[in-house]
Amino acid sequence: MKINRRQALGLSAGAAVFAAAGFRAAPAVADAAATEVAIKEFTGGIIPAEAGKLTLKTPEIAENGNTVPVSVSVESAMSGDDMVESIAILAEGNPNPGVVVFSFTPMSGAAAATTRMRLAKTQNVIAIAKMADGTFYMDKKEVKVTIGGCGG
Amino acid sequence: MFSRREFLMAGAALSAIAGSGLAGKWSRAAAQQALTENDLLDFESFGNVTLVHLTDLHAQLMPVYFREPSINIGVGEAAGLPPHVTGVDFLKLYNIEPGSPEAYALTSDDFVSLARTYGRMGGFDRIATVIKHIRAERADNMLLLDGGDTWQGSYTSLQTKAQDMVEAMNSLAPDAMTGHWEFTYGAERVQEIMDALPFPFLGGNIYDAVWNEPAFEAYRLFERGGVKVAVLGQAFPYTPIANPSWMIPNWSFGIREEDVAANVEAARAEGAELVVLLSHNGVDVDRKLASRVTGIDVILSGHTHDALPEPVIVGKTLVIASGSHGKFVTRLDVDVQGGEMKGFRHRLIPIFSDVITPDAETTALVSRLRAPYEAELKRELATTETLLYRRGNFNGTFDDLFCQALLEVREADIALSPGFRWGASLLPGQTITVEDLHNACAMTYPAAYRSTMNGETIKAILEDVADNLFNKDPYYQQGGDMVRVGGMAYTIDPQAEMGSRISGMTLLRTGEPVDPAKDYVVAGWASVNEGTEGPPIWEVVEEYLSHNPVVRLEDNRSVRIAG
Repeated sequence: MKINRRQALGLSAGAAVFAAAGFRAAPAVADAAATEVAIKEFTGGIIPAEAGKLTLKTPEIAENGNTVPVSVSVESAMSGDDMVESIAILAEGNPNPGVVVFSFTPMSGAAAATTRMRLAKTQNVIAIAKMADGTFYMDKKEVKVTIGGCGG
Repeated sequence: MFSRREFLMAGAALSAIAGSGLAGKWSRAAAQQALTENDLLDFESFGNVTLVHLTDLHAQLMPVYFREPSINIGVGEAAGLPPHVTGVDFLKLYNIEPGSPEAYALTSDDFVSLARTYGRMGGFDRIATVIKHIRAERADNMLLLDGGDTWQGSYTSLQTKAQDMVEAMNSLAPDAMTGHWEFTYGAERVQEIMDALPFPFLGGNIYDAVWNEPAFEAYRLFERGGVKVAVLGQAFPYTPIANPSWMIPNWSFGIREEDVAANVEAARAEGAELVVLLSHNGVDVDRKLASRVTGIDVILSGHTHDALPEPVIVGKTLVIASGSHGKFVTRLDVDVQGGEMKGFRHRLIPIFSDVITPDAETTALVSRLRAPYEAELKRELATTETLLYRRGNFNGTFDDLFCQALLEVREADIALSPGFRWGASLLPGQTITVEDLHNACAMTYPAAYRSTMNGETIKAILEDVADNLFNKDPYYQQGGDMVRVGGMAYTIDPQAEMGSRISGMTLLRTGEPVDPAKDYVVAGWASVNEGTEGPPIWEVVEEYLSHNPVVRLEDNRSVRIAG
């Protein structure tokens, strides 16, 4: 039998620790520059590797822009240097690009997290993983927020 | 009684619609002979598994006329590739003789005269004949797969909440199905039907919206001809966007490419030797999916209503497009050895209703299903002097009629009719019956709204829909056509970016440009918003027809294509 998420919630041990205070308030309307500032703040100026171990899952088109599911995971042994310390999620086109920072410990077992976010309009969603060895991985997906309803 | 039509074509070679294997051109029957049922059913069995694909029937139990599009623009990597090839180019690409039965079935050129020659297509009892014939030949080697959009699109399906289609399909004993418009009957009704279905409703991309986890069975393993076949289901990814999400609040969709890949792997791990994706993605999305997910042997592709006489081959994957409205059934024989597809034989079988003998048992079933509604189905509303059809990227005459009705009956400045791809065609001289009208609008959210929108909002709607159709990345396409507009002209550049495709919006009544800041009265139908108010669209059109008993439409020149 597959264990589904509902059942898993009851069993879960090392779930991710949420750290919503990971971002400082940015200018009222985010743009590419504000997002860049937020990325630099998270990476300490290091440019993240674009390709790699990080997988960001978002819908191509949001069914409801008010609550868009987003999942992020990083292939990692979760020990020693191959250890994910934290993952930041940013929304390039929101008034404030910072959405959430997930922090992990070796007890987390796996670097994976799911949340929901509000997207004001069509934009890029960015996820960056900070590794224990000081490297960073990044993935970016466009999520379209549409009026909908005239197709089919 | 059934009258058999002679398919004599002076001077033109007739070819059977048969793919001759890997990328081969169509094989040809001898010239100047009548097309017979045997010509349509003839198929030299091949390999060990036969897949039969029926999709996008749109509840058409009776034979219909259905005009294929004359405009079907492809963008990005799909530009110029099938299915974005129409008319003469299509005929050349597949070596089809103009004026031949296949030309009639697959393109729109000379449609009216060819329709008068070759007659209606489809009909559930003819489809039954074809499927029973294949089953008799292939018995335990065959899988019958229903690609969805089966339950919606007719008066009787709406009245019976799809019960007529469920009973009809059950009589053919499909092995699995997936869906799209099925969901417009609402979650409760879908669940009720599913609970009683003698075969699985598959949809690996349908999630529980609250728990964000799979809500439907993703795949089923079958054994056919000694081969383990996995059939994965992929429902229409944008069902809650293109159709009312409030009717299915607990289900979330999406392409979910990673899940498709994971399910392919899981099925292979369970021993699947042949992996089939029963998909309602549409051909462009499936072409991209096939290029990114390995391990799928066959994608049976529905949704975009394309009928392609040969498979689209992407890497090692065959993408099969089987048309709509019962016009075609695909038979694909494959040979699987050592967990690998070694070869195939494909045929897009055209259901010429005057050539294929109806299956008597099925004729009786269809009559029984329709009997309670016969009087209303036959009720005559008007006569058309214009060919009425829907398909095409920008407009179709059936929607021109709908827009006229909305403008007049709802006293609006501008009318909007959704870019649906379903709806049968009517030839000049035909009576428009209640059944015919419903074939173009039978659905569960038919309210014809009347509201005020400013020019900026109207442009935003047009841009939004245009991007659903012409986004260069197929994963962002929703597979419908452009929203149809009445009372307003505009220019569209399909190749442009979102926000700059639409220009030159002009109010036809005054000839003045549409003012972004000015309010206009807009009438439309099929809003996905809950609580939309207005009479059902069929009442609006029926009222219009009562004042206009003879439909005569001018050519629609209000959409200009740029770029």
